Amino acid sequence: MDLSLSTRTVGDRTVVEVGGEIDVYTAPKLREQLVELVNDGSYHLVVDMERVDFLDSTGLGVLVGGLKRVRAHEGSLRLVCNQERILKIFRITGLTKVFPIHTTVEDAVNATD
Amino acid sequence: MATVELRFSAQPEHVRTARLVAAAVARRAGVEEALLDEVRLAVGEACSRAVGLHRVNGLLAPVRVVLTEEEKTFSIEVGDGVPGAAESVPGIAAVLDPDIEGEDEMGLAVISGLVDDVEVTTGESGGTIKMSWPVAGASDVA
Repeated sequence: MDLSLSTRTVGDRTVVEVGGEIDVYTAPKLREQLVELVNDGSYHLVVDMERVDFLDSTGLGVLVGGLKRVRAHEGSLRLVCNQERILKIFRITGLTKVFPIHTTVEDAVNATD
Repeated sequence: MATVELRFSAQPEHVRTARLVAAAVARRAGVEEALLDEVRLAVGEACSRAVGLHRVNGLLAPVRVVLTEEEKTFSIEVGDGVPGAAESVPGIAAVLDPDIEGEDEMGLAVISGLVDDVEVTTGESGGTIKMSWPVAGASDVA
């Protein structure tokens, strides 16, 4: 399965819905999308990962890269994820401390902390 | 002897194939269903890393994946052709450092966090990551 990406705006946040597999082959597409959003002035991103079937360290790297980019503009990058197998990868790498992870898009969009 | 051996050219699109093959062979070998996600992720990480090393070093040789079913374990060896690469992997701290652009080096951190039995070796002909998982109900299988 390939990677699917769609974006929508909710208030001052941009929600990026990601589906499919994020790996060494597809991650560049996600990177491109995040870079494009930041270049266009979207600095508050919510990445919805509920439809992601597979995520590896390349994908994590792209998310960390996105976080660095939005932070350079005092922005934010929040994740939405309830899938245990995906959350496990964030825990193993210590990235749960780096990303705010929400259970719903609504939560992430309204979060201000 | 290897149960299944796979060689693929160092292209990112083939890593998914390696994951699918490894998970299928692991399932057949009797690795518990709950561990298959782990197998899939770990072999993907090892292959992504090998592909990256081959490409960075301009190596045309294929990446090698050896899947071996033994009596009580199932093991996967992923070999790259780059000598001395195993030592040059920065840790997670380097990845998170805002001054470093390294986005692709969390692979070994994921593997070592995921797999209990993992061995990273490096030799003159390249590096190898060997990972093993227990085979459930080995004694029941004729």
